[in-house]
Amino acid sequence: MASPPYPWLNPALAVGGLAPLALLAVQGPRGALGPNAVEAALNQTGLLALVLLLASLACTPLKLVSGWTWPVRIRRTLGLLAFTYACAHFLTYLVLDQGLSLKALLEDLVKRPFITVGFTALVLLVPLAVTSTNRWVRRLGFPRWQRLHRLAYVAAVLGVVHFVWRVKQDVTEPLIYGAVLALLFAVRVGEAMRKRRARAASAARNPA
Amino acid sequence: MSDKPPVEPPGSEITPEPLYLRRRELLKNAGLFAGTAAAVAGGLYLLSGKQRRAMDAFAPDAGQVTGPVAKASSEFDTDEPRTPYEDVTTYNNFYELGLDKNDPARLAHHLKPRPWTVAIDGEVHEPQTVDIDQLLSWFSMEERVYRMRCVEAWSMVIPWLGFPLAALLSRVKPTSHARYVSFTTLMDPEQLPGQKRGVLDWPYVEGLRLDEAMHPLTFMATGLYGRQLPAQNGAPLRLVVPWKYGFKGIKSIVRISLTREQPFTTWNLAGPEEYGFYANVNPAVAHPRWSQATERRIGEGLERRPTLPFNGYAEQVAHLYTGLDLRKNY
Repeated sequence: MASPPYPWLNPALAVGGLAPLALLAVQGPRGALGPNAVEAALNQTGLLALVLLLASLACTPLKLVSGWTWPVRIRRTLGLLAFTYACAHFLTYLVLDQGLSLKALLEDLVKRPFITVGFTALVLLVPLAVTSTNRWVRRLGFPRWQRLHRLAYVAAVLGVVHFVWRVKQDVTEPLIYGAVLALLFAVRVGEAMRKRRARAASAARNPA
Repeated sequence: MSDKPPVEPPGSEITPEPLYLRRRELLKNAGLFAGTAAAVAGGLYLLSGKQRRAMDAFAPDAGQVTGPVAKASSEFDTDEPRTPYEDVTTYNNFYELGLDKNDPARLAHHLKPRPWTVAIDGEVHEPQTVDIDQLLSWFSMEERVYRMRCVEAWSMVIPWLGFPLAALLSRVKPTSHARYVSFTTLMDPEQLPGQKRGVLDWPYVEGLRLDEAMHPLTFMATGLYGRQLPAQNGAPLRLVVPWKYGFKGIKSIVRISLTREQPFTTWNLAGPEEYGFYANVNPAVAHPRWSQATERRIGEGLERRPTLPFNGYAEQVAHLYTGLDLRKNY
């Protein structure tokens, strides 16, 4: 059996993708994260979760535009990395920032839309991470699996909203990520419309 | 120069060709693996640079203050551990010098605290524009060790140098119409490059009710830790109101006006739902996006501490607000 092309691609992505998290875990306890280490860790893990989620959503559009197939083969790794950072982000907030106070968590969830939205995004990623294996694709059947995994777009939108609401005044950076997300979505919508037109055209040519 | 013939390795040691080719491929893949992993790690590291930069600021030494320093009556001082000088001078909110916490320390060199004049006008009997050094010569310097609670739910303990605002106001003699004091930061995008971006409506303005301004806790700082005030902390002259959120402590002041009407304040204009005119520290009134019930003391590790009403100065200032609904007047 021939090995797939670029056998190093996914392992390299996993190692490189986890490196910033490992660096944080080393720097934090050593006091190398500045006067407010918790804030620094929250900012970094949150941003990287969003970046990696957007990267996973960029795979299919990149394949459509370029014709390359390798982006689709790293999609799962990117998605799982995004989920890992989202979990690290949430745990940093819950354990390090709020001292594992469930009362504070509940109050934040109920009273503060900024937290509600971010938490919802994380919850939406859980079923996607669970069903990321080949077995689950077979179990659900590809069309259903695909529909389920469109939730990634909802999670990304919520992630951008969470970021916009977090910043105090200057929303430039979160809006850049919002624009990237809109662009990726536009490519997918454009492709769906093209497919539908093609189906309609072929149906018109070959009436049943 | 050996005259021995070159020794050929015995046939048994020669790598079989298929394995030899496989070895080359393995090496190539190992190289690609390492290169890709490094590129991914580096890319993510760069992308999160803005979030990370908060870590690597530096604390320039602003120089010793010359002249005698009177010790304040200790009733105002807290004996809690002081936040290290390096943290006080590298973790700042001063949007005129950048939005990230360490930007002000990095961009501090743009701001020139001398020469500097302060205009004092409005409802005063003796309006004047005075050179900062002359203004400082009017008062003996005091040290006050105050808690500082930022609206972002972190706090510090800072030994300020300066003089009570009341001493300055008494000197310029407010008229009977004066009910508020308004403060204005320097407007100069060359010295305060953050003003080139319309993040807030520049220049920064703040205000106090006259009775708040005259309260003995209300302080004009010109230094900290026995040194000149670093630019990132608001050189050469800033307001310190320890029972209010930190954003009330307007920095690099060029104008102090006494007014009849309640003055505009910058953060209130930017987000009236989130930042009120009073901005008294109040654990019972949450910011719309986070609780104000607890705070993280910078340099103290992970444990959050409960936030105290009026930042622990309730005994001294609560009487200023009797009859005022602090939930509405946040």
